[in-house]
Amino acid sequence: MTYAGYVFAGYGITFVALGVYAWRLVARGRALSRALPPEERRWR
Amino acid sequence: MTTSTRATRILGALAVGGLALTAVLALVVSPPDVNQKDAVRLLYLHAPTAWLALYLSFGVTTISSALYLWPRTRARFWDLAAGASAEIGVLFLGLTLVIGSIWGRTTWGVWWTWDARLTTTAVLFVLYLGYLALRRVPDDTEVRSKRCAIAALAAFVGVPIVHQSVEWWRTLHQPASILDERRLLDPAIHGSMAWTLVVGVIAFTLVYAWLLIHRFRVAWLEERLEDRVLESALAERRAEASAELVRGPR
Amino acid sequence: MFRDAALVAGKDLRVEFRSRVATNQVAPYALLVLIVFAFALDPDRGFLTKAAPGLFWVAVVFSALLAIQRSFTIEAADGGRDALRLSGLDPSGIFIGKAGAVAVQLALLEVVLGLGVVVLYNAPLGGAVLLATTCVLATVGLAAAGTVFGVLVGGLRVRDTLLPLLLLPVLAPLVLGATRATEYALAGTPADGWLWVQLVGAFAAVYTAFGIVAFGPLLEES
Repeated sequence: MTYAGYVFAGYGITFVALGVYAWRLVARGRALSRALPPEERRWR
Repeated sequence: MTTSTRATRILGALAVGGLALTAVLALVVSPPDVNQKDAVRLLYLHAPTAWLALYLSFGVTTISSALYLWPRTRARFWDLAAGASAEIGVLFLGLTLVIGSIWGRTTWGVWWTWDARLTTTAVLFVLYLGYLALRRVPDDTEVRSKRCAIAALAAFVGVPIVHQSVEWWRTLHQPASILDERRLLDPAIHGSMAWTLVVGVIAFTLVYAWLLIHRFRVAWLEERLEDRVLESALAERRAEASAELVRGPR
Repeated sequence: MFRDAALVAGKDLRVEFRSRVATNQVAPYALLVLIVFAFALDPDRGFLTKAAPGLFWVAVVFSALLAIQRSFTIEAADGGRDALRLSGLDPSGIFIGKAGAVAVQLALLEVVLGLGVVVLYNAPLGGAVLLATTCVLATVGLAAAGTVFGVLVGGLRVRDTLLPLLLLPVLAPLVLGATRATEYALAGTPADGWLWVQLVGAFAAVYTAFGIVAFGPLLEES
């Protein structure tokens, strides 16, 4: 028994979930930055 | 203009690289387990996400909450850090449960069982979901932050009790069987399996760091935006009021 | 601190006595929960009897949610929360008073539910000392943890949905310990149950201590 399907499902879910979350974070960050003038950012 | 900086881009690249390396090691290089066959490959995801969520993420949340409550170290930084870390912790813990469930299906034949660790994990998952719900309740910033910080500590206080009680529940009168997860994740594993696990932990730690920085910055920006919106609304109102004074009420 | 506690407890209990919400609504609700369980589980094959300890404590917990919500709803009306804050009463005393009032109500509910379980589920009785100790400690723990989270969400509009979400996971070890101890008491082997009583006792101690310390700051907010 190879369980290949299960393994790929597991890896797929993990990477997709992480990717989607990361993507939405970055998108939200961009939108917020656009709504604020540059002096509001704390880093750099 | 984004929440990224050169440092986070490097971090992100390392994280992605780490994940890729983990995947290669886990799926291709490392051998199938004698008993579990290929299902063991899921553990290279399951163990790191579990450790990172339970110890790092929620640990950071608890410590940040304490630092926020302590008057001498109180700062917006700690409140935002606590929230960001908790959210990522819930994400990781959710993944832990899902992957663990899939793994359980292959090895134990069931999607779930009420073993000590699973039960504790499920309880913690719901607990921190509740914490996240509490964070979303709109209120004065200081008030909400203090309330959430106390809630985080109240929850944390229960964690060792949950852990101990469930341990007693499932191990006291039930002899360890083949279902004992601890036996299967034998610390005496050797060779490429051990390496893959180490790489996996490092990779996920990088992922956590990257996510934390971005989530924190997003929260920071959201707060700035809220303040500005409030300020401009107040300014408008003041302008209206003084215009009324000059003009006389309409 | 204890004088303030008695004051607050007395007030809460008097409010309860006059409005009779616990007797008219919470107790029937508790019995209804027992009845619904009977519909859900097969009464003929002895499931109910075997599950009686667990079902008892689940019913107690659900009823406790109502009692705790009530404890803070009576403050929410007419700015009672502000009055409490400005009253100059020791917050730890307020905590003990409120938790104490909830505990008294729960204790009475447990008697009712206990009778219900014995009659409706055919549960045996036994191990009286263990049972009594378990009930006392569990009641204290339930009231303490409930009051902590109750004041946490008490001022919010979403408190009715948020309280169970926050409180139930926290109560998991309490339910576990109380149920196991009760099982051993009813099965006639109380010796094993005392370990679980320790767990329940630890839980009660931890949340009582936490409540005494944290209630003040929590009341200040919101």
